[in-house]
Amino acid sequence: MAAIAETLDAVQAVTDGGYKWGFSTDIEMDMAPKGLNEDIIRLISSRKDEPAWLLDWRLKSYAAWLKTEEPDWAKIKHPPIDYQDLHYYAAPKKKPGPKSLDEVDPELLRTYERLGIPLRERAILAGVEGAEDERPPIAIDAVFDSVSVATTFRSTLAKSGVIFCPISEAVRDHPELVRKYLGSVVPAGDNYFAALNSAVFTDGSFVYIPKGVRCPMELSTYFRINARNTGQFERTLIIAEEGAYVSYLEGCTAPQRDENQLHAAVVELIVFDDAQIKYSTVQNWYPGDANGKGGIYNFVTKRGACRGARSKISWTQVETGSAITWKYPSCILQGDDSVGEFYSVAVTTNHQQADTGTKMIHIGRNTRSTIVSKGISAGKSNNTYRGLVRVLPKAHGARNHTQCDSLLIGDQCGAHTVPYIESRNPTAKLEHEATTSKIADDQLFYCRQRGLSQEDAVGLIVNGFCKDVLKELPMEFAVEAQKLLAISLEGSVG
Amino acid sequence: MLEIKNLTANIDNKTILNGIDLVVPDGEIHAIMGPNGSGKSTLSYVLSGREGYDVTGGTATFDGADLLDMEPEARAAAGLFLAFQYPVELPGVNNANFLRTALNAQRRARGEAELDAVAFLKLSRAEAKRLSMPDDMLKRNVNVGFSGGEKKRNEVLQMAVLRPRLAILDETDSGLDIDALKIVADGVNALRGPNFSALVITHYQRLLDYIVPDRVHVLASGRIIRSGGPELAHQLEAHGYAAIVAEAA
Amino acid sequence: MNALAPGSQLQAGAQAFLARYAANGSVQQSEAAGLFARNGLPGPREEDWRYSLLRPVTDVQFTSAPHGHSDVSAALARLPKIAAPRLIFVDGRFRADLSDIEPGTRAGAPAYGATNRPDREKLVALNTMLSEDGIAIQVPAGHDAGTLLLVSIGTGGNVSFHPNHAVTLGAGAKLTLLDLTLGDGVYLHNPVLSATIAEAATLTHLRLQQEALGAFHLSTVYADVAASGTYDSFALTLGARLARMEVHASLNGPQASAHLNAAQLLGGNQHADFTTVVQHAAPNTASRQTVKNVLSGRSRGVFQGKIEVLRIAQKTDGYQMNQALLLSPDAEMDCKPQLEIYADDVKCSHGATIGELDGDQLFYLRTRGIPEPEARAMLVRAFLTEALDPIAHEEGRAAMENAIASWWDRNVI
Repeated sequence: MAAIAETLDAVQAVTDGGYKWGFSTDIEMDMAPKGLNEDIIRLISSRKDEPAWLLDWRLKSYAAWLKTEEPDWAKIKHPPIDYQDLHYYAAPKKKPGPKSLDEVDPELLRTYERLGIPLRERAILAGVEGAEDERPPIAIDAVFDSVSVATTFRSTLAKSGVIFCPISEAVRDHPELVRKYLGSVVPAGDNYFAALNSAVFTDGSFVYIPKGVRCPMELSTYFRINARNTGQFERTLIIAEEGAYVSYLEGCTAPQRDENQLHAAVVELIVFDDAQIKYSTVQNWYPGDANGKGGIYNFVTKRGACRGARSKISWTQVETGSAITWKYPSCILQGDDSVGEFYSVAVTTNHQQADTGTKMIHIGRNTRSTIVSKGISAGKSNNTYRGLVRVLPKAHGARNHTQCDSLLIGDQCGAHTVPYIESRNPTAKLEHEATTSKIADDQLFYCRQRGLSQEDAVGLIVNGFCKDVLKELPMEFAVEAQKLLAISLEGSVG
Repeated sequence: MLEIKNLTANIDNKTILNGIDLVVPDGEIHAIMGPNGSGKSTLSYVLSGREGYDVTGGTATFDGADLLDMEPEARAAAGLFLAFQYPVELPGVNNANFLRTALNAQRRARGEAELDAVAFLKLSRAEAKRLSMPDDMLKRNVNVGFSGGEKKRNEVLQMAVLRPRLAILDETDSGLDIDALKIVADGVNALRGPNFSALVITHYQRLLDYIVPDRVHVLASGRIIRSGGPELAHQLEAHGYAAIVAEAA
Repeated sequence: MNALAPGSQLQAGAQAFLARYAANGSVQQSEAAGLFARNGLPGPREEDWRYSLLRPVTDVQFTSAPHGHSDVSAALARLPKIAAPRLIFVDGRFRADLSDIEPGTRAGAPAYGATNRPDREKLVALNTMLSEDGIAIQVPAGHDAGTLLLVSIGTGGNVSFHPNHAVTLGAGAKLTLLDLTLGDGVYLHNPVLSATIAEAATLTHLRLQQEALGAFHLSTVYADVAASGTYDSFALTLGARLARMEVHASLNGPQASAHLNAAQLLGGNQHADFTTVVQHAAPNTASRQTVKNVLSGRSRGVFQGKIEVLRIAQKTDGYQMNQALLLSPDAEMDCKPQLEIYADDVKCSHGATIGELDGDQLFYLRTRGIPEPEARAMLVRAFLTEALDPIAHEEGRAAMENAIASWWDRNVI
């Protein structure tokens, strides 16, 4: 027990000042006045030069939002959010959507460099980054507060027909695609936060992979909340046509601020016959300080539709940040033989609260889903897995396997598991397993007897605990995720 | 007598059996040997009536009755026994109870009197003893927690109690040590007689040292490409399948 | 009853009805009437009721049970032959003429045990308000009271009855309660049983729910278990058109344990819900749960099981398994196992599976000559074994086995 106490102290000591992405960028901003009403929505729409149909859609979403209530079923507690006390638009004061990196504010580029996000294609291609030139390049869309500031490798991608651009640009350049698919998986009035996002979303990424194309590189979006009192509402739309493949990565950070900031994103994925989207997230929004002050409220709706036969969506997430995480990346398995996967590691420390999981809706024949969720709770945090597996009457031969494991570090935290398992087809086979445990003293002792430090031992065990999820991440991200786990639980994770 | 004529069968529209012709007269033991993927297990499943196999042509009769038209349990009642390559585990089902239910169901189907618990216990214990199997095997759940060898021995025990007229042994020798192999062979040999025949499916000649077959058939790509006496098995062991397959092609 | 249905918005007639209880009833009744007026019946928006809607109940116009002795000899003849004292309730009223009253047992009024929680469970508020009778069983410390049969018979005629029972076991005491419910016709049976189990005492609670197929069974059990005490239960659901068994077990002292095993065999349009909450409120407590559902026809099975581990409850050992067999294309299973854990040194797990009979197993049995219907019965019987095996009480177990066998004979699947 003494070993555990030591570990806890170490966690405490490190997490107190441990958020390494907490700096802010001093940059001139174009801000909308605080508050939310139809005029603000019109303002956002006009700043973005949007067509009438989109403004219309926003206004309808706003009307739906007004009629919906904030959901209360999640195991999270927070003071009421004052939706009128937020800026719904904040953009760096250069023209949004620069044509080349030379137009990007150097201060911004420095911000992303500090975050370890390479936006300079030439530098990477020229091998300036040293050893990193061995790695395959990753195309990045960087979203700073409300707008996308840079998207790299666009011309390379364009050669294979892949569209990768800020969604505001896609509205302008590919309106037929956006209009066809926007809101087709997450309808405007789907839930409170999705309705809010649909009304006020400012930017996000748009990806279109044409028929038969395997995207030649990983695509990545990096989200950064910087401005004070702003909400970030990005919207991501990814379409994979027949036989297409893309691996998409998403990272997020925010400065260390005392007040809570709201992030309500929507991600929609659409996959046709034999196509596949692999969507990986490392979420590291500012979690608040050791006393639970500040931090991001992260209310996210992510959903993918496997519309085609043999299509596949794979969600992998490593959630270490945010004061509150409310997020259930889901798969609607419509196409016969389609596959949905959800791999998740959620770490909560201090006063963080996470209520996260997935929904797998089996509609087509022989649809298969796999859920692997690893929750690690430390400090005074609460960590909940909430997941739905639903098999509809026509989903003959559907299969689900769910494994949910919780690890508790310390006796002041909570770990909860709330699965909903519903079957209406006898040929479907569903299996769910959940366990809760702590790091056993004899495991620690065994490692230490073999010469590992306390920290390394805990790290080894926690990494082993998360292995089934981490191995699903693309190599680049897996390394980052492991480091992040280490830092989040520093002192207990080596 | 088992008679198979030009039997063809598919799995998922893929042809596995490609025109099997085979006659196993009463009192004879035939071995079927062949490389992996030649259709050996498929033949045993088609004969015993497992779902998922489409018989696309040909016939299989047992004593003149159309086997392919019968439910699996009717085939069993008619005297066909399949010793599974991978015996299935039945958690919660007591081995003795299972065997008695099976035996009585077969007897009922044949219009014979059922065995009461005492008579059954006597019979099953005697058979277990004869096969040097511990009594407690009957008390355990069917194949649950059994080692590979125990599972195969349990199959032989069932065969001994059910007394089939035609036994199909699907690679019963795989994964067995020499002692277990002898027990299996003893079980089959004990049933030998004018009213018993067997189809011994195996990959190796080893088992056939203990169960000496009357005929040996070589199966490749879903057809019997060569038949002969017991010496054929030795030939195969010495030269491998490749030579014979090439010769037949 | 019907007048009370809309829940939060009570109609004028219902208000008057409640006012009568509030004014003229006992203290408990008048308090419960107040709670019921405020809270109403559980509704579809409540998380704990998302899979079971009370709509079919509120669609029926229920009346209170008539006085006078109806002839229940036919129902009595259906009871398992067990040589033990019987406590017989007919339409919620104690029948002294059919019962064996033992010392320490008191009937004639609702028992309102110490753990009765009308403020928390809405159906318990309804029970507390409308209850007319119940049994209070007291087993003194160190005494083994053997086996008692608690029997409820419903005679139909759209009657609703709400018996409120209490069982109190002194330190080291033992009791096996065989809890049998059956009947004919349409009625609502909404019983509450509060069990208080002192140090090292054991209550074995074997429940056989064979209500009439037109009836509604909504029951609540509270079991508070002190150090080294045991609440050992098994509940078999075969009857009722709509059934909900709710069990709240609270393990309040070290080494306290609870077994909440159950099985459901449903057919036709039956809907049955087994909902349990086990609270581990002391260190070194253990709970075990195996729940099996066999669903045919258009039936719907529901299992909701929550394991709560409070911060103080270190070294908790909690295990829960739910397995459902769907035997027909129209059957449905909804399962929500739940862990809510605030202590770190615990071993808690749950598992759930939903599927059909294993094709390989079925084939294996058939190759051994067992006809398909018999093979299916055999596999279903084996499937149930795990939930039945922990029943140590031989006659109780036999009663369960017989009830399952006769269910199978009636429902050839």
